[in-house]
Amino acid sequence: MASTFYSLQGANRRNSLLLMLSVALILGVLGFAIGYGSTGQLTAAMFVTTAAVIVAGFLSLISYYRGDSMVLAASKARQVTEADAPQLMNVVREMAIAANLPMPKVYVIDDSAPNAFATGRDPEHASIAVTTGLLEKLNREELQGVIGHELGHVGNYDIRFALLVGVLVGSIALMADVFLRWTWWGGLGGRGRSRSDRGGGGAGQAIIFVVAIVLAILAPLFARLVQLAVSRQREYLADATAVEFTRNPAGLERALAKIAGDTEVLEVANRATQHLYIVNPIKKFEERSKGMFSTHPPIVERINRLRSLHGGAPLTSTEAGSLANLD
Amino acid sequence: MSGTLIVVLVLVAIVVVVALVLIGIYNGLVQRRLRVDEAWAQIDVQLKRRHDLIPNLVNAVKDYMGFEQEVLTQVTEARANAVAAGAQGPQQAAAAENQLTGALRSLFAVVENYPDLKANQNVLSLQEELTTTENQISFSRQHYNATVYEYNSSTATFPNVVLAGMFGFRPREFFEAEPEAMEVPTVSLR
Repeated sequence: MASTFYSLQGANRRNSLLLMLSVALILGVLGFAIGYGSTGQLTAAMFVTTAAVIVAGFLSLISYYRGDSMVLAASKARQVTEADAPQLMNVVREMAIAANLPMPKVYVIDDSAPNAFATGRDPEHASIAVTTGLLEKLNREELQGVIGHELGHVGNYDIRFALLVGVLVGSIALMADVFLRWTWWGGLGGRGRSRSDRGGGGAGQAIIFVVAIVLAILAPLFARLVQLAVSRQREYLADATAVEFTRNPAGLERALAKIAGDTEVLEVANRATQHLYIVNPIKKFEERSKGMFSTHPPIVERINRLRSLHGGAPLTSTEAGSLANLD
Repeated sequence: MSGTLIVVLVLVAIVVVVALVLIGIYNGLVQRRLRVDEAWAQIDVQLKRRHDLIPNLVNAVKDYMGFEQEVLTQVTEARANAVAAGAQGPQQAAAAENQLTGALRSLFAVVENYPDLKANQNVLSLQEELTTTENQISFSRQHYNATVYEYNSSTATFPNVVLAGMFGFRPREFFEAEPEAMEVPTVSLR
């Protein structure tokens, strides 16, 4: 069990690095194809590629250092101290000791919908935010499970991954979008035709141009799908990490059921921050992406995996049914 | 002439290498021992905090609990033993602290029978503080025992064992997990 767990954590780090590199590669290739396809000149292609990498790098830097405060501000989170929320601070301290991590900053969001997330660039600069609804509706044991899950994200560097990959995937989407719009309007306006008349690239350039258009359509989708697949895997790992810290699968299991079963809507959550939360805060079925496009694994599957950790039976079909529509 | 110079240089080189290896081993032992001390300090802070909290709790509940003075006496005695055992090393301390944990569990089980106490804000916050210190002790214990294991095995293996003997690196005691934790506390409810 232990060896499997640590190898999982190691694989997690390798996957993240691989993912970052491949997303950066997609960005570079897309930039090159756009540059070469539109001008037919290698220097221009290199220029567009470099510009794309520099802009993405710049955005990543901003997100690396300021992303956590932006997310916390967008979620209307306020920092709390021992005096404001003694039990919450105690539970976070306990879990930090169990995880052998420094004490993170703790925030509270005034919202009656129970939920929680973690953010930051590394364990030394980590923040955990929980809603007042979570504090009201969960008992101590369940709260411990949730905080264990969030510190699992901190210890596994999922928080850094969420900050950086989000920006890279966003940059790809932005570049593809700008290119497609420009091609669309440029193509209608006839500028495109005069350019290809002049251009010396000929057939080679035309092929690259088509490749660029295909890439611009597919790359954002592909990058997002890979990001989501990794994000779902990380939720399972954080659940398992929480159990390792608390030595109590039942607390987190009941917490997940309570959070998912709660019908209140978290006002401050949106599509940009939904992947951060312990349970997807977007409650409406139509507004939530399913399957491959989901940020979170199904709650029933998460609970069943926790139950299997302590040899418990999986949820019965009626229990699963009452939670299934919440996936 | 040059022959003796080479011999001297080789000897000096050997002495330097051996000295560097010995310094490395010594520093490694010191570092591991420091880690044990740090981990113990983390537990010790929590143990002291718990000892300080208990008189407050006893004072807060004693007026309400007419019949169960016995439980309070047990807690007070267990605390006194734990404070005394604190100076006698982790193994003794662990045994006394486990007794104290058991006595506290009995006390909290009794508190459940008094609605006034259960609603008392002061008692509630003391209960929360004692719960978190107990949890922090239990989560720190694992870390402490891991550092002790690492240190002890490094002093017991060759060639460290030679240096460890010379400079007095003695094995440290584990802070054992409580066997009573698994048992349900027995409380007389009159």
